[in-house]
Amino acid sequence: MLSAFTPDAWARVWAFRDTFLLGLWTTISTALLAILLAFALGLLFGLLSTGKIKALRLVARIYVEVIQNTPIVLQLCFMYYALVYAKRSIGITAAGILALGIYHGAYMAEVIRAGIEAIPKGQFEAAQSQGFSYIQQMGYIILPQSIKVILPPMVNQVVNLIKNTSCLYIIGGADLISQTYSFVTGASTGGAYGPAYIVCGLMFFCVCFPLSRLAGRWEERLKVRDRRTVAAVSSGPIPRRVIRRGQKP
Amino acid sequence: MSNLQASLAMIRQPAVVQYLLRGVVFTLIISLIAVLLGIVLGSVLALLRNYGTRHPVARVFRRISIIYIELFRNTPLLLWIFICLVFCPVPGFLNRKMFGLNSAADVKLLFKAAVALTLFTSSVIAEIIRGGLNSVAEGQFEAGHSQGFNMVQVMLYIVLPQAFRNVIPTLLSQVITTIKDSSYLANVAVIELMARTKTIMSAAGRYNGTGTIHVSDVFVLFGLAAVIYFIINFALSCAVRAMQKRMKRAPVRPQTT
Repeated sequence: MLSAFTPDAWARVWAFRDTFLLGLWTTISTALLAILLAFALGLLFGLLSTGKIKALRLVARIYVEVIQNTPIVLQLCFMYYALVYAKRSIGITAAGILALGIYHGAYMAEVIRAGIEAIPKGQFEAAQSQGFSYIQQMGYIILPQSIKVILPPMVNQVVNLIKNTSCLYIIGGADLISQTYSFVTGASTGGAYGPAYIVCGLMFFCVCFPLSRLAGRWEERLKVRDRRTVAAVSSGPIPRRVIRRGQKP
Repeated sequence: MSNLQASLAMIRQPAVVQYLLRGVVFTLIISLIAVLLGIVLGSVLALLRNYGTRHPVARVFRRISIIYIELFRNTPLLLWIFICLVFCPVPGFLNRKMFGLNSAADVKLLFKAAVALTLFTSSVIAEIIRGGLNSVAEGQFEAGHSQGFNMVQVMLYIVLPQAFRNVIPTLLSQVITTIKDSSYLANVAVIELMARTKTIMSAAGRYNGTGTIHVSDVFVLFGLAAVIYFIINFALSCAVRAMQKRMKRAPVRPQTT
């Protein structure tokens, strides 16, 4: 086992550093495009699932349930092979972006739905009473308030998405995991398991750890603020003397 | 006979059905083992991370548990599967044909992959249990100590039972995640549902009798796998939601004013 950590193995990884960097770049660029797609789908279906039209709510529900209850690996294979055998292949990376976007879009939709539902009903009514249209109401009143509830789980989803780019391996992608594996099993490069996996893991860690740390911090701060609000609301009766406008206290 | 009919006839063959059902059983067993062992390992990690602050030795263990949790949570499962394939030792008694698998090599692969899934899952479960521990009121610890319980007794009899009760729904939804994650094993071994579906897919031309693979084979085979995954996971997620509803209706802790 220790033979995998010889200086020679490290030297080989260093010689092929471009392979790892290329893999990292593929993983990050795939993830970025998939995040954009996931965010767009999440916003769309999140709004649909909190909307007034029952049929659209049902559509959003079905999307979320079907996607969340089946594995991403299966969805990716399904889509990729269906397109390949229909002679309409869109390529491995594009299929990966689509599948990752659709999969995490379902999670984003739930995050955004929860964020919108966390806003008190009075805010919707107030916005309506001021003559805001639906778009204005969401854009100016509701979403800005729910952003603090939405952001932490959304960043966690981004971390999961970056990790899930590894599912591209099953259809022969060129992401970091696939590059690493073909490096350690390659005829001329093989054998440097230890160093290669350490480098690959560190690359993922350096991308994901700051993000999940950030999400954790935000979540913690939110919890502290919630506790304070609850404490402030429940600490005894509210003083009777309410100062009305134009009235001297 | 149209392509679709040929594809549908394929999944009615008893051999294919049995092959896939075995895969379902493996998926369920691997996931359950990973979650159950993950709960044990995760509890230890969570306790160390949360309360290992007093003694210098405990602080070292706390550091280790933090590194473990963050390392596994921020790297993909597939990397750990690959790592375990190379570095995970396999006990000798597993080096033979068993569990209805084709070869001793497959049994070893199953063991290594299950170890990877367990290690990965335990880091997630540790964070879930930590959430449960943090939700137990501070007064519970003080009350326990005032009754003359030592730290281990307080944990065992007072804190952990409450913490677990608070996170049962989250743990159950982790079963769903683990069932989905187990499909990553399809990359290295033909054991569980996803891998078996893909294996049949690659030989679909032989099974459907037409000699070539059609789009309808993709839809029928992967569609069947999707339906199976969906039924299992949807049933679980309905259970999770029912539990959450009940917990919201009847607060776990008695309300005192």
